[in-house]
Order: sequence, then C-alpha cells, then structure tokens
Amino acid sequence: MTITTNDSQVAVPSDTVTVIIDGVAVAVPKGTLVIRAAELLGIEIPRFCDHPLLDPVAACRACLIEVEGMPKPQPACAQTVSDGMVIRTQQSSEMARLAQEGVMEFLLLNHPLDCPVCDKGGECPLQNQAMSVGRPESRFTEDKRTFPKPINVSAQILLDRERCVSCARCTRFAEQIAGDPMLELLERGAQQQVGTAEDQPFDSYFSGNTIQICPVGALTSAAYRFRSRPFDLVSVPTTCEHCASGCSLRTDYRREVVTRRLAWDSPEVNEEWNCDKGRFAFVYQTEGRIEYPLIRENGELRVASWPEAIDVAARGLAEASSHAVLVGGRSTVEDAYAYARFARAALRTDDIDFRARALSDEEHAFLASLVAGSPVSVSYEKLESAPIVLLVSFEPEDESPIVFLRLRKAARAGTRVVSVGAVRSKGSEKVAAEMVWCAPGDEAAALASLPADILAALAHSGAVIMVGERAALSAGALSAVAALADRTGAALAWVPRRAGERGALDAGAIAGLLPGGRPLSDAQARAEVSELWGVDSLPHPGASGDALLARLGTVEAAVVGGVELADYPQDVRAALERVGFIVSLENHHSAVTELASVVLPVAVVTEKAGTFLDWEGRPRPFTRVLRDALTMPDAQVLGMIADAMDRPVGPSDVNVLRAELGTLGPWRGARLEAPRVPVGPRRDGLVLASWRQLLDSGVLQEGEPHLAATARPTVVMVSDATARRLGLTETATLHGPAGIVTLPVEIADVAESVVWVPMNSPGCHIYRDLGARPGDIIRVTAGGAL
Amino acid sequence: MITTGLTPVITEHWDAPDLYTLDGYRRFGGYEALASALKQDPDAIIGQVKDSGLRGRGGAGFPTGLKWSFVPQNDGKQHYLVVNADESEPGACKDIPIMMADPHVLVEGVIIASYAIRANHAFIYIRGEVPNAIRKVAFAVEQAKAAGLIGKNILGSGFDLDVVVHSGAGAYICGEETALLDSLEGYRGQPRLKPPFPAVAGLYASPTVINNVETIANIPFIIGRGVEWFRQFGTEKSPGFKVWAVSGHVNNPGLFEAPLGITMRELLDYAGGVRGGGEVKFWLPGGSSVPMLTAEHLDLPLTYEAMAEAGTMLGTGTPMIFDSTVSVVKAVTRWLEFYKHESCGKCTPCREGTYWITGVLEKFEHGHGTATEMDTLVNLCGQIAGRSFCALGDAAATPYPAALKFFRQEFTDATHTPVDGTFDPVASYVFAPAVAR
Amino acid sequence: MAISETTRTGLREIADRYPSARSALLPMLHLVQSEENEITVEGINVCAEVLGITPAEVTAVASFYTMYKRRPVGKHHIGICTNTLCGLLGGDAVWDALSAELGVGPNEPTPDGEFFLERIECQAACTHAPVMTVDWEFMDDVTPRGACEVIEKLRRGETVRSTRGPVIRDFDATEHTLAFPLDGLADAPSVDSKMLAGLTIAKQRGMKAP
Repeated sequence: MTITTNDSQVAVPSDTVTVIIDGVAVAVPKGTLVIRAAELLGIEIPRFCDHPLLDPVAACRACLIEVEGMPKPQPACAQTVSDGMVIRTQQSSEMARLAQEGVMEFLLLNHPLDCPVCDKGGECPLQNQAMSVGRPESRFTEDKRTFPKPINVSAQILLDRERCVSCARCTRFAEQIAGDPMLELLERGAQQQVGTAEDQPFDSYFSGNTIQICPVGALTSAAYRFRSRPFDLVSVPTTCEHCASGCSLRTDYRREVVTRRLAWDSPEVNEEWNCDKGRFAFVYQTEGRIEYPLIRENGELRVASWPEAIDVAARGLAEASSHAVLVGGRSTVEDAYAYARFARAALRTDDIDFRARALSDEEHAFLASLVAGSPVSVSYEKLESAPIVLLVSFEPEDESPIVFLRLRKAARAGTRVVSVGAVRSKGSEKVAAEMVWCAPGDEAAALASLPADILAALAHSGAVIMVGERAALSAGALSAVAALADRTGAALAWVPRRAGERGALDAGAIAGLLPGGRPLSDAQARAEVSELWGVDSLPHPGASGDALLARLGTVEAAVVGGVELADYPQDVRAALERVGFIVSLENHHSAVTELASVVLPVAVVTEKAGTFLDWEGRPRPFTRVLRDALTMPDAQVLGMIADAMDRPVGPSDVNVLRAELGTLGPWRGARLEAPRVPVGPRRDGLVLASWRQLLDSGVLQEGEPHLAATARPTVVMVSDATARRLGLTETATLHGPAGIVTLPVEIADVAESVVWVPMNSPGCHIYRDLGARPGDIIRVTAGGAL
Repeated sequence: MITTGLTPVITEHWDAPDLYTLDGYRRFGGYEALASALKQDPDAIIGQVKDSGLRGRGGAGFPTGLKWSFVPQNDGKQHYLVVNADESEPGACKDIPIMMADPHVLVEGVIIASYAIRANHAFIYIRGEVPNAIRKVAFAVEQAKAAGLIGKNILGSGFDLDVVVHSGAGAYICGEETALLDSLEGYRGQPRLKPPFPAVAGLYASPTVINNVETIANIPFIIGRGVEWFRQFGTEKSPGFKVWAVSGHVNNPGLFEAPLGITMRELLDYAGGVRGGGEVKFWLPGGSSVPMLTAEHLDLPLTYEAMAEAGTMLGTGTPMIFDSTVSVVKAVTRWLEFYKHESCGKCTPCREGTYWITGVLEKFEHGHGTATEMDTLVNLCGQIAGRSFCALGDAAATPYPAALKFFRQEFTDATHTPVDGTFDPVASYVFAPAVAR
Repeated sequence: MAISETTRTGLREIADRYPSARSALLPMLHLVQSEENEITVEGINVCAEVLGITPAEVTAVASFYTMYKRRPVGKHHIGICTNTLCGLLGGDAVWDALSAELGVGPNEPTPDGEFFLERIECQAACTHAPVMTVDWEFMDDVTPRGACEVIEKLRRGETVRSTRGPVIRDFDATEHTLAFPLDGLADAPSVDSKMLAGLTIAKQRGMKAP
C-alpha cells in the first residue's frame, strides 16, 4: 500500500504517513520502519541484524541514517516513520555515509580474511555491503582476535566464530521463531560469540534456517561445506516433497546434481523458513537409484529395455482379471491423477488407495465427505488470526513443521492452542498448548466431553480445528471431529503427514472417489469423468483401506507406486507375496521391488514438473529442476502401459493432466455423509501412544548422516507417576505381539497409563518390532538391555 | 578563599557506630519522613520531589520528580522501583559507602519512592563485587521488615511493599538502566531499545523507575525537611547537596558533603590539597566517562550546568585528581582497557572500536605510536560517539579526545618514548618508594 | 562434585523471591559457585532445570559476568584493582608483588589451590586507593608489602580482618553471602576515617547544614 506522491491524484489512505527519503516522498502504513520504507523506494540501507521477520534490535549500527532534526544518526531498522519525517540515507547525507562507513570499518576489524575459503563468498551480504558502503582500505593494523575454528554447534551446522558479526539473527531466530533457545550469545565484548551449552548441541528441527539468515559465513552447513560456489549453481524455485506443509524451496544444482536446498520466500505459506528435513534430506534423490527397468525371470530381477519391460507389464496386467492399485503418499497431484485414471480406465478397477499408513473406513468417509475437492477453508493466515486452534491427534512440530511455526507465531500473539492428546510434547510447550488429556483411542470420548469454555471458544468466528492422520486409528475420533466442527461452526483442517496425500485425495486416487471429490456412486459425476476419459463406463465401487489390503491376498495383479510396506500396521508383505503379478513404479529398491514382477524406474521430484497440494488444499506447483534427466514421471510410464494394453487413457503430459483436473474442477454436488462411528469401548491397561518424529528412519532421509545425528533420541516417555507405578528407572521394555523393544526412559508430561515411543526411529519401529499400533494395550516392564 | 561550607546531611551521623541499625537510625529521626509521607497522597510526594529540583545522582542528572511522573497512573499494571546500586564507574565511590554506613536511609528512601510511584515491589541491584554493601543493605531491609516498615499495610497506610536485595555478578554495563533491567530479569546485561522507555515498559515490561542510590538517599530529607529547605542548597538548576568523593593525589582523600556549586579548588582544600605540595595536572569532575579538565578549571562551580558549559559533565560528582607524576597516555590507556573489558558486545562500534583503540593506545604506552594514529584515533572516537547503542560507547570515546586537547605533546612523545621512561611509575604511587619494593 | 539437595533447595528458595523466577539466575549462580567453587556444567544444568530454561540460556548468562569462574578458584580469591586511579597510585606495584609472590598471572589459581589472582575493575573505593580484595572483602589502602603480609597470614591460617568488613572467611563463603546476604556479619565495622573525612572537618570547624 505505497505510492509515490508525485503529482498523482491518487488518494492517500488515512492510516498511512508520508515520509521523504533522499528527497522522494512515499506514503507508507503507520508503524513502518524507515528501513522498510526505503526499500519500497529501491533504496537499500545496509544492514546485518535487521530481518523483516525478526524483532528489530538495532545492534549492528550498519543502518544509521540521518533524521532531520536529530543531531545523532539513527538506526533505520528501529526507527518508525512519522508523518512528515525527512530522512537522508547514505545517498544524500554525509553524516549517514560516514557513520555507515565507520561501522563497516569496525565490522571488518576482527573479521578474518576467509573469503577464499568461506562458503558464503559470492553470496555474502558483508562482502556486498562492504563494497557498497565501506572504505577501500582498512586502517586497522593490530592483531585480530581469533578463535579455534570451526566448531560444531550441531552435527549439521558448523560455526566459524571469527566470522561472526554478532548480529544475533541466529539466536533471535532460534528463540523467537523456533522456540528453541539452544543457540545463544556467550561471553562479552570482542570475545562475544555464538555458542551452545557445553553438552547440548543446537538440535532444533529448524536449525538450518540460521545458516540461511546468517549474513556472513559464520554458520555453514556441514553437508555443503567447501562443496560449491554460488556462481556455479543454477537455482530453481521448487516445492518441498517431505510433508504437507507445502514449503517453497530454492533448489540449487550443479552439473545435474542437487547440491543444496534453501527455504524460499512464500509469505502465505512458509514465510522464509523451512525445516531441516526439507533443507537437508535430498541425498536419496541421487543415491541408490534404480537406473533401468527390471523384469523378474527365474526368481531374479534382470535389466530390460523400456519397450520390453512395458510390454511385459502390459501383458501381465491385461491377463489378470482382478487388480489393485497402491499409489502411496508421495505422488504429485498429476501423477496421482494418472494413477486414478489408469486404475479406472485401463485396469477397470476401483480398488485403489493412496494411504500407505494406518487408516480406516471411517477416515475414508470423513475425507470423502469433508475434505476431498473442498476449497481452502483454513489457511496459514487464518491460523495466525484464529482466536483458538484445537489440535486432535496432531503433533505439528513433528508432523507438519511449518504449521508448527505458524501456530507458535499465532500463540505468541495471543491465539489459544488446545491439544487433545496424550503427551505435552516439546512442540506443545512451544505453542503454550493447553492439554485435553486423552489416551490414543479415547479421542471421541474426549471430544464429546470438552470443557465448556473450549466449546464456547470454538463457536467464535475464526476458530479452527486441526485433525491429523493419526485420528484414523481411533474409532469414532473423526466422526466426533466432524460433529464438533458442525456443531460449533469452527473451520476444519485435515493435516496428513505426506506431501502427496491431499493431492491424491483430490485427484480421486482412492476407491469410491473420482477427481475433485466426486463420489463414484453419483451418476452425474460418473458421466463427467467417463466423458473426459473417453470410456463408456466406470467400474463398480471398489475397496480401499484395510479391505483393499486384505483383498491383496486374492487379487491377481497389483500396480504399486512409492510405498514402504513397513508403513502399514498390518503385514502387507505377506498379502503382496501372494499376488501373481506386481508392477512397481519406484526409484529405489524396496520391499515392493523385492516382490515385483516388473520394476519401472520413475522420476524423483527434481526430474519432473508437478504440483503438491499442501494441507490447506493450496496448489504448490513446481517446475523441473534437472532438465537433462532421462527419467519419466509415473504418469508417463502409466500412459505407456495403458497404450501397450490397448486401453489408452489420454495424454500423460503434466500440463494436460493439470488442465484435465482444472476442467473437471471441484465437485459442487451432493457429498457422502460424514461418518458417524460411535465411541469405541473403554479399555483398561497401559495404552501405547506414538507418532512419527520429524527426523527418523524415513526412507527419504537416507544418506544424510549430519541430519540424522540431530534427530531426537529414541526413548520411551512416561509420566513420573506411571514410571513409579511400574518401577521404571533407567530403561524399560515394551512387550508386543511381534516382539519386544527396550529403550531408555524419559520422564515427561504424559497422560496417566500411557507410554509413548516413536513410531519409526532407530531402535523402535512399532509395527515391525512390536506388532502394535497406537491405541493398543501394551505391557511394559522395567529394565532390559539396550 | 573558601566560601562554601561543608553541609553534612546524608553523612551527618556516619560517626555513630550503630547508625546502620534500625534503632540507631531512628535515634536520629529515621523513618519519620516515611511516616509523614504515608499520610500524604502519592502525587503530593511526586510533586515535592519535582519542586525540589532534585536531579539524578547516577551521572545523567535527569530531574528525579519528572522521571517519577512519567509512570502512568491508574493503568492497572504493576509498577516497580529499581535502585541502581551497581556503582562501577572508575572514580565513582559514593554509593557503596552510603550503603555501608547508612543502609537505612536507602531503605527509607526506597519505601517513600515506591509509595509515590505506586510500586509494590522494589529491587535494590547491588554489584556483586561488594558483598559488604549487600549484607549491610540486606540487614537493614530485614530489620525494616521485622518492624513492619516493609511488608503489608505499612504503618497502617494500606500500602504494601516487598523489597528484594539483588546481587549482581560483575558487569559495569549493568549500571546502564536498561541493561540493569535485563540483568535483573536474569539475562545478559545488554541495553534495550528505547522506546519503549522504562517508565512505560521497564522491568517485566511494566512501568519502572530506576534511581541511583544517592538520589534515593536524598528523598527522606526532602520529604522530612521540605522543598524550601532543600532549595537552600546548590543553584537554581542544580539544587541540593552532594556526597563528593575526592580521590587521587590529594593528601586527604575521602567523602566531603557539600552543596552543588562548590568549586574543585574548595574541595581540594578540604581534601588537604595536592600531595607533596604539588600541582593539579588534570582532574575529572565525575568518573572516567566525563571529559577531563585541567588546573585552569578549578574555580568553576561544580554544577550540572557549569560543567556542561565547560565541555564536560558533572557525572557522578566523584572528582579524581592527578598530579604531574602521572602519564596522561597511561591513564587514558587504562581507562580504555576498562571500557574494552566492560563492553557488552551488542553493538559494533563499541565492541570493535574499544578493541581497536585500546590496541593502538597500548602501543603509545610503549612508545610505538605514530602521528597518523593520533589522528586516526580521533576519527575512531568520532565513529563511536553518538553511533553506539548506549552511552558506554560514548564514554569510551571520551577520554582520548579530551586528553589530546590538553596534552597533545605527551602523545607525540609517546610515538618514540615509552611513557614509563618519562613518567616514573613509582613517583605516582601514594606509598613511599621503600614500601614499593 | 555433585550439586547437593541443600543447594537445590536453596536455588528454589532464591527463585521464589522474585515475581518472575528467572530473575533469580544471578544469585542462583553464586550459590552454585559457593558449592562447586566454580560454575560447572552440572551447576548450569541444575539452574536451567529449576528455572525451566535451556542450559544454553544459563550458559549465556554465566559467561557474561566476570565473577563467574569457569575453573576452580581455590580457597581465596585475591583481587587487585589495576584500573587507572588505583593502578597508577600503586596498584600496579601491588599486582607485580603478588604475582611474583604467588607465581601466577591474571585469572590463575595457585597450584596448591589456596589463591586465585585477578586484576579486578574499579571497586568503588577510589578514596582508598590502591585497593585489594580478599574474597571480595575490602583491603583498602594496600601496599605491596602489606599485600604480601595478608597472603602470609592467610597461608598461616591466621585471622585477617577486612578493612571495611568482617573477618575474612573464604571464596565459597562470600559466594554464599551473595546468594543469601543475611550472613550474620552485618555488624562488621565498615566506616573509616576516609569516609568520615568531610564530617570530621565539618565538626572541627563547626560547619553544619541548615
């Protein structure tokens, strides 16, 4: 909302003030900082400690400017404009110019001449600003103060203390934004340095952001150190593939290999931040790739040509009379749509599902009724201004980190956060969450008896309910959430963990649903879709979820996308083993490829264009990064199979797929009813709680040891009372149907008679090792060897 | 010709061995002012302090009553009184003695001040390096609590007050009021952005008044003896009396209480004159943060306005006298070493500038300075003063330019001769050479 | 050395003095130092636990203030002010004498664990220059010989009295006083002739305030 008032007749809104900077008048909103106002005029006042998303500190003094009427120069980053203020920056004021030059000389004083070996060289605000406002030569001839270098502030972040200019961006980010004040300024005066506690590294999920905002080369990435110069890199805006937060990234590559990823500016979604998983976990894209199509012959997979492999796949699928399609949660919208189309139009089956995790029919009904194809009802912005946000079976910090950051921002500004769950996690503390204590499985009962004041708050305009994918494990939970939203009028958001889930849902990659949330059972919907796909009819409603997985035992052929069998609570491997013909579209070897009849390598996100729908339902498109990659997206491969089956499904080009989805558009017709599953029976005993930690044994995190070393330790969390009741001290052993797990004990804020362990971390994979799910009754004994 | 008499007010009964006890203090009329104050409206107390013209004795000389009046009233917020007892400025040695000799005057002043600004919590932040002051004040606070002078419904007035004696841990910067607040909140003592000002958002983001020890020590006397009485002392713009702490090369260093307006020559006389019949080479009216003066300034009245006019500042009113045995270069270097050690590190000019300037001055001390550097140093001081985050930077940029103005030749000499060669260190010791070995 | 339960209780007691617990951190660290003779990692962690903040936040504070030591101090902390006024008036000579006598440099403990020598900043006792402190208690108007005599007496375990303060105890005891100032020593004489310089003259000459 700014205009230069150069004789134009445009009316100036009344909540703006007019200031004159270097002779040019500009109208800006009240409360604008001088440094921001100057930017609007294209005037860049030098700065280090200033950052638009952090509270100003005016510590570096690089932004000193002259304010008419004030005898001393003022910091532009902390000076708010007042009407009629006259500002002169270094461009028109000798006082400002000399002040900035003086500060720059001081900044370079103890700064080492590391440029030749410093990662920041070439993209360094200190270099740039020294050139633009500094002296050509320094007058300093004394000895610079030195520190041993570099030191680790965490496994993935290195610190060269000498380079640090004490701008405190990193410490302020850690404290204000992430809520992890584990990085602090230590010592005093010229010895002041960034550091951590002696025995506690900076293991914050968001630590990587400090590397990005550090205006010098003090904080660098251990994974990227000494690897590249910025001018060697090609930068492409992309979208993160690791979760449903939908972050914008900037992916940098050199010679067709991705060297690093940065958070990119997206004010509506991730602002300027991302999490460490999104930043560092991309090694999987290059390592361990399946290069060529593979065909199983005599029990062994052998390399084949594309034409041969497609042919074998097509024949195998055509010969089978029953099919199942498992899409997985990593697909782009376009690829998921291709699976949906392929299943119904080529395979003529509706036995398809994208959910590679614990799920339920109740969830299917919930998604079909309230989520699929629905417009954005809760946005990040809405979170920020919500008076209350109720979290049900959802741990934002681990399960959708950027939602966490926004919730923390909201909570700091007064938003009330209430969490229905069994653990007051670190993430909960950092958003000041009030707990509605409930063991997993009891969510429906808890929601039915929420305190009156919370119910009243939820009825206020702007209230939000967020429910996670784990609610599927709790009978009646999603029904209760739907009912609560309906009753109170609060806006409802469903937040899955994976990046591809919302898109796959909206693309119709699940039984009973066609693209846009169209019910397969609706005649109008069927007509629209059949026409688009050029088919006479669509198959009868098929199986999804547990029924589909059970059906694997009897189906003749299966097409499987990016799916880890270990992510299902039940033993899907045993069922899949009985399928006669399996076509796997994968880029890494997995439990599925071990069973597959044909393995067709497909592109990773950098090798294709596509779109993810984030949890809001907002499209996050991205272009192809590696132009020379020879891989094909799933859609293209499926198209080739369909053609070879003589059941063409239409073009597979990503733009055409997007256009088709656009043509169909979201369903505005009648929807299936929301589920009404009753509350499950009461159980007695110790209940298992669990969720996937952000950094764990996930497949996409492989190959990045620096990142892995910052993961939270695998422990069993219990309350003090429960620990004493069970006699737990150092370690505890959990006994499940499939086996036992022994872990160190951590006393934490956990509901009574609940034990929490991570779902898939080193040393504990609850499905594989215990054979138990969250909500199950579990036996725990004291002790045990680790 | 000495015309200004000494006026013991705060120090009047310091020779009574039990003055530090409640009984001793009361014997001399202690806590009568408090009793009177509690019968008046808080605004009336503020009015009297305003009318008295009392100016802060911590160095800035800001009108105390005016500062108290900045606290918004009837805002429904907690207000806080904080006493800045962090006396750490080189040369300043008046607050610590006041606390050791007469802690109850501080306590009484704290209660009255808190009452006036409607604060129910007061904190006395005492530097950690002086446990004897801390124990004396804590003792007095404890006695006052036992006597119901601190606590609930003091003297039946309905006014509640809790007083906490707080130990610092060694940081001169915590004498800066906003850094003190951060330190008192349990953080590193680094100054805060202003606005917001402490009167609006200070301790715990609540309206806060921070006052120096000596300032608060004046309060019982102003309330007890009246504005008219107080105005008899000093000048129109600098009313009142001062505990002048005269130190350095004088025969009789110590504390002399006299009205503002007294001259250094008069104080020097009371302090026995320069030792050994020597001459004043240079002196500072306050601590090291004020520009130095020379013998030609000895007859200036020691008031805030006269000192400002002379291009310096009254500061803490704790004059240091140096005779001709002292190397100005060494004196300035040592002060800069202090500022470098005490720089909090927050802002670039002070953090890096004190490091640089000290390094160069140390070269001068050893006879290796250069003429170019003499000018560069002036320039560097100019790059710090008015550009740093707080007054510590300004203070660090003060000694050298002032010294250069009067003693340029000494710096020029230091470009070739180590200062110890010209100024025998032993000569400036206050003990005899024999004792030195 | 482990932080005792008594100290933990003491830490919580200090925290309770303030409207906001974190304000207690500085005196809490003094209490840790009184038990551990330095600031240890364990001490930092215990303070963090009591206050509900991170060890990094405590470390940030502990490393900012010069009174907190990162290595064991030993029995007695000896401070010599070598700031301008004290230093030039003889503090430099006192420093040289003691440094030679104890065989250590600034911020170093003697190998026998008896003394820790530090160049301290202005002790607000400039009228009594040069100034030395023993366990932060005043030893005003010190000379090189006088300073060495104090060290000798302390070595022999003899009673040494502060010039304006109590009998010298030890470093840990002073640190405890900083955390719990009601140490029963407030009666120690603390007013001397220099503090009374003006009053003495005023009485002699019959000068009074109106």
